[in-house]
Amino acid sequence: MKTRVYVTLKNGVLDPQGKAIHHALEGLGFAGVNDVRAGKLIELELDANVSEAEVEAMCRQLLANTVIENFRIEHGSFEGERTGAA
Amino acid sequence: MNSAVIVFPGSNCDRDMAEALRLVSGRAPTMVWHRESELPDGLDLIAIPGGFSYGDYLRSGAMAAQSPVMRAVKAAAERGVAVLGVCNGFQVLTEARLLPGALMRNAGIAFVCRDVPLRIENSQSVFTSRYDAGEEIALPVAHHDGNYQADALTLDRLESEGRVVLRYLDGVNGSARGIAGIVNEAGNVLGMMPHPERAVEPAHGRTDGRRLFEALLETLSEAA
Repeated sequence: MKTRVYVTLKNGVLDPQGKAIHHALEGLGFAGVNDVRAGKLIELELDANVSEAEVEAMCRQLLANTVIENFRIEHGSFEGERTGAA
Repeated sequence: MNSAVIVFPGSNCDRDMAEALRLVSGRAPTMVWHRESELPDGLDLIAIPGGFSYGDYLRSGAMAAQSPVMRAVKAAAERGVAVLGVCNGFQVLTEARLLPGALMRNAGIAFVCRDVPLRIENSQSVFTSRYDAGEEIALPVAHHDGNYQADALTLDRLESEGRVVLRYLDGVNGSARGIAGIVNEAGNVLGMMPHPERAVEPAHGRTDGRRLFEALLETLSEAA
């Protein structure tokens, strides 16, 4: 089973990296970008018997720092997603 | 004073810390590797040094906080043993939840490496008893993730309980309320971004960090 954990900064937490990416996009001439927030995607390959509660515990204990970050768990095959390469 | 310096893969201020402790206390600390699950008996002080433990993977200090030795450090801290975390050591202490809040990427994105002016906000702690309250000192910083953040409630509590021990006098990294160092509720765990161990002898250019180690020596030797 493939599981994805998305780790994002909580609302209101300043994101210096997102800000720098935003500036860089503007520097490239892309208009209309109102805000950029950067986060992390962590892919887990799990045994079928790993429970949702265990994945949540992984997030709380290590994958996310819940002082400043939120996490979201998604399951699926995610087949055919890695397109878009030049 | 019996002390130990915890060494993680990627620590790079461990020997500076050991030298500062040896210089001031006359006794070399025990160097403890991160895989150890037990600390030497009779410790008065545990120092968690600066560096880039585990390559700063995931988040600065996150992997180190889960290492076997940190369970022993937590247990010792709960027993009242003094714990000093400097720079990456501060990050490890927040990730281990021995201190509240988190250290995020510097607001200015860039790595900051310079001497910074600081104010001693609390001279009652075991770490700062050799300084005067309100005294201004300068210490070197060298970090990428020193931007201290916590929710407003936590910040208010830290302030009202006198747990903000050190504050930046100018904008260094975007830290909430200029916080450079805090102690835990019991007062025996200090996390700070500036490096006192890099300012203990004239050859360093500054000696403002020396009194932190002298204070520990004085307090902890008395207690023993």
